[in-house]
Amino acid sequence: MVQQQLSTAPQESPAAHPPPVGSRSVPVLLLKVAVLAVLLSTVVSLTPALVAAERWGFLVFFWVLVVLVVAVYATRRAIPLKYLLPGAVLLLSFVVYPVISTFQVSLTNLGDGTRATREEATAQIIGSSVVQTPDAPRYNLTVGTAGSPTAGPFAFLLVDPASGEASVGTEDGLEPLPGATVTDGFVTAADGYELLTPVEVNDASAALAELTVPTEGGAIRQLGIRQAFEGSTPLVYDEDAETITNTQTGVTYAPELQGDREFYVDPDGQRLSDQSWAADVGFDNYVRAFTDARILSDFVGIFGWTLVFATLSVASTFALGTVLAVVLNDRRVRGQKVYRSVLLLPYAIPSFISLLLWSGFWNTDFGLVNDLTGLGVNWFGGETTAKAAVLITNLWLGFPYMFLVVTGALQAIPEDLKEAAGIDGASGFTGFRTIIFPLLLIPTAPLLVASFAFNFNNFNTIFLLTGGGPFTPDNPTAGGTDLLISYTIRLAFGASGAQFGFASAIAVLLFVITGVVAALQFRLTRRLEDVI
Amino acid sequence: MTSQELRTGAPVGPGHLAAPGGAGPSAPSTPPAANRMSRGRWWREVGWRHAVGLAAVAFAVFPVLYIVSAAFNPLGSVVSTSLVPRELSLVNFQALFSEPSRPFGRWMLNTLAVCTSVTVIQVTCSALAAYAFSRFRFRGRRGGLLALLLIQMFPQILATIALFLLFTELGTVIPAIGLNTLLGYVLVMCGNAFAQVWLIKGFFDSIPQSLDEAATVDGAGHATIFFRILLPLLQPILAVTGLLAFVGVISEFLIASIFLREAGVRTVAVGLWSVIENDRSNNLGLFAAGALLTAVPVVLLFQYLQRFIVGGITAGGVKG
Repeated sequence: MVQQQLSTAPQESPAAHPPPVGSRSVPVLLLKVAVLAVLLSTVVSLTPALVAAERWGFLVFFWVLVVLVVAVYATRRAIPLKYLLPGAVLLLSFVVYPVISTFQVSLTNLGDGTRATREEATAQIIGSSVVQTPDAPRYNLTVGTAGSPTAGPFAFLLVDPASGEASVGTEDGLEPLPGATVTDGFVTAADGYELLTPVEVNDASAALAELTVPTEGGAIRQLGIRQAFEGSTPLVYDEDAETITNTQTGVTYAPELQGDREFYVDPDGQRLSDQSWAADVGFDNYVRAFTDARILSDFVGIFGWTLVFATLSVASTFALGTVLAVVLNDRRVRGQKVYRSVLLLPYAIPSFISLLLWSGFWNTDFGLVNDLTGLGVNWFGGETTAKAAVLITNLWLGFPYMFLVVTGALQAIPEDLKEAAGIDGASGFTGFRTIIFPLLLIPTAPLLVASFAFNFNNFNTIFLLTGGGPFTPDNPTAGGTDLLISYTIRLAFGASGAQFGFASAIAVLLFVITGVVAALQFRLTRRLEDVI
Repeated sequence: MTSQELRTGAPVGPGHLAAPGGAGPSAPSTPPAANRMSRGRWWREVGWRHAVGLAAVAFAVFPVLYIVSAAFNPLGSVVSTSLVPRELSLVNFQALFSEPSRPFGRWMLNTLAVCTSVTVIQVTCSALAAYAFSRFRFRGRRGGLLALLLIQMFPQILATIALFLLFTELGTVIPAIGLNTLLGYVLVMCGNAFAQVWLIKGFFDSIPQSLDEAATVDGAGHATIFFRILLPLLQPILAVTGLLAFVGVISEFLIASIFLREAGVRTVAVGLWSVIENDRSNNLGLFAAGALLTAVPVVLLFQYLQRFIVGGITAGGVKG
């Protein structure tokens, strides 16, 4: 095909002489201006919201992006950058930055109960202590959102029944809402807010119950679906001393570290509330991973299985793929194309489908594997059988790739060499082992290491097949087939409460291990290059 | 030694891509000598190869048979499904599209929209960057190429927690790209915009520079050379990288399951997983029907592009 293109290119030369368009032509210029205009107007329209929310990081990012784009595309200074910028921005924003950010998160105690900042947590503690007094003012309530009806952020759209005035209450406080339409004492439309239906209000009840609108001497909270009240609280926050004082009892609560979290506690060590907040904990998460005996034994066990899983996955798929490629790649075997098309199937089917299907195959009572073999094994019940099931499934998923790769490599080996090795016929095994196999390894070795790296972090296979199980009753966080990545994800997003900080620390360790694998891959590739 | 060979172990070019399928040894499949072979000798030298091949085919195909059988089985339960279908019916396919709490049609459209946009962005960004790396000499070129290799070895899912926190924050100020939005999910997937740079660069390197030089003499700028002259020659590699990108995104599960929680914004991967999680024993038929509708177009594309794919994956693309 190279030759073909080389020879056709000059023939096509009339087509290769289009009128020069380049960056000087009018349509291209218009396109440039349009793209820049869209970007600029987007960023300009986002700016007020970012300023209001005090998201300075995002604000700086967007304006630097605008400046970069203008500098690169409106001038002729850096031509390569014109081609590199779009992908580079995406790569830096959604891969490189998150990686750095993972390390930052690993130095905190971020997780369930510590998602809020200290200010937010303080406001929430004071807000939730608000009690309703008999003469507390009431408001007619409509719930609105500036975001989505399910995720918020929510706002209370309130009407004072006495004055009929509308106002909007958020975590930041109460503000008048002049543009609102009020019908029968309730807000029925307001600029910038989508109103929630009663059903949606009900669905969002957990979030709404936590929404408190600070007012002078108290806060406004929800009272049923259509009402809110303004209550009072004895708690007062002292900004300078960073303490909360109960004005009725005179007790002062100061932040104190308990475990890996800070709480407001009185001088006797009693917590005011179980609400905590995000705090920096330095390298505590790493220390915990290596000193907590339970976690360390989980980690070491899972790390070992991860290595075994990745190694055996590569070895088994490569072995089967090679055998099939060598056996079928004989000019006397008819129908090679048919074989190849059919054997391609497991590779072509989207893997999540195959994995979900296979997870059913291993069922004890109705699974296809027990049906066909009559073994009656409870595959996912025991650790060893579950591991075997996972490996066999991964063999099915992976051998076609290896078969295709080895077939390609085999066909690139000169015919006379193959004949010299005499691989046709059983007696040729020695020839194969000493001549052909080393030649096969040269182009495929980097792929084997890539495949190892891929399987090392093969979340899908484990999660969709076994979910990491089987679990023992006394250890719900580490399962028998867990890889480091599935273990990490369970720590962060599992049912037992999010531990983002600690999970990030494990993720950082995973980065380091993956980096070692990558370094090995580089070295191996280089050494093989020298062989050629 | 070029740095490209460093990764693939073999130069990647158009010739390489076409090698396995095209004029491979499968063309003259039976040399005349075979006709004169005795039956015993044929078995010893060729026949057993077919036996091995057929065993492999059986291993590869039985799950496919099962899923087809389950999709057309009107009862739809695990107990009533066998390898060979006893009854044929389209009940499962109808049920798939008639239950609003399980909007399969919506999931298909979501997946199609996500995969298409990510593929287009990824292939475009990669092709543009590959052009720069192949044709320009600039400071940081080699460093950039090596950095790309390095970054690609760290799968994005390792940073899932940080991505989740980032998009939770983004969503509070820009709800259109927050969690539970397809746009936000597409952006995350676009973090792999440079995934195909090396593969396409290898292809670029195999196109002679003299072509560019001739065009430059005629007054063409760098953009003209890229869009009018080189891009049309890139079509085979763009098809392969596009397919690999597309299939990679179809099967992406982890980030989708964390980002797309509401039924209306799910992709097929998360949606079908929720179907089978809800009732493993009775929803098999539904799942199989949905899986078939998803897999058939992909498998056909793979078959169509087969001869390119073999070269493409040899050059280092691991399917997700």
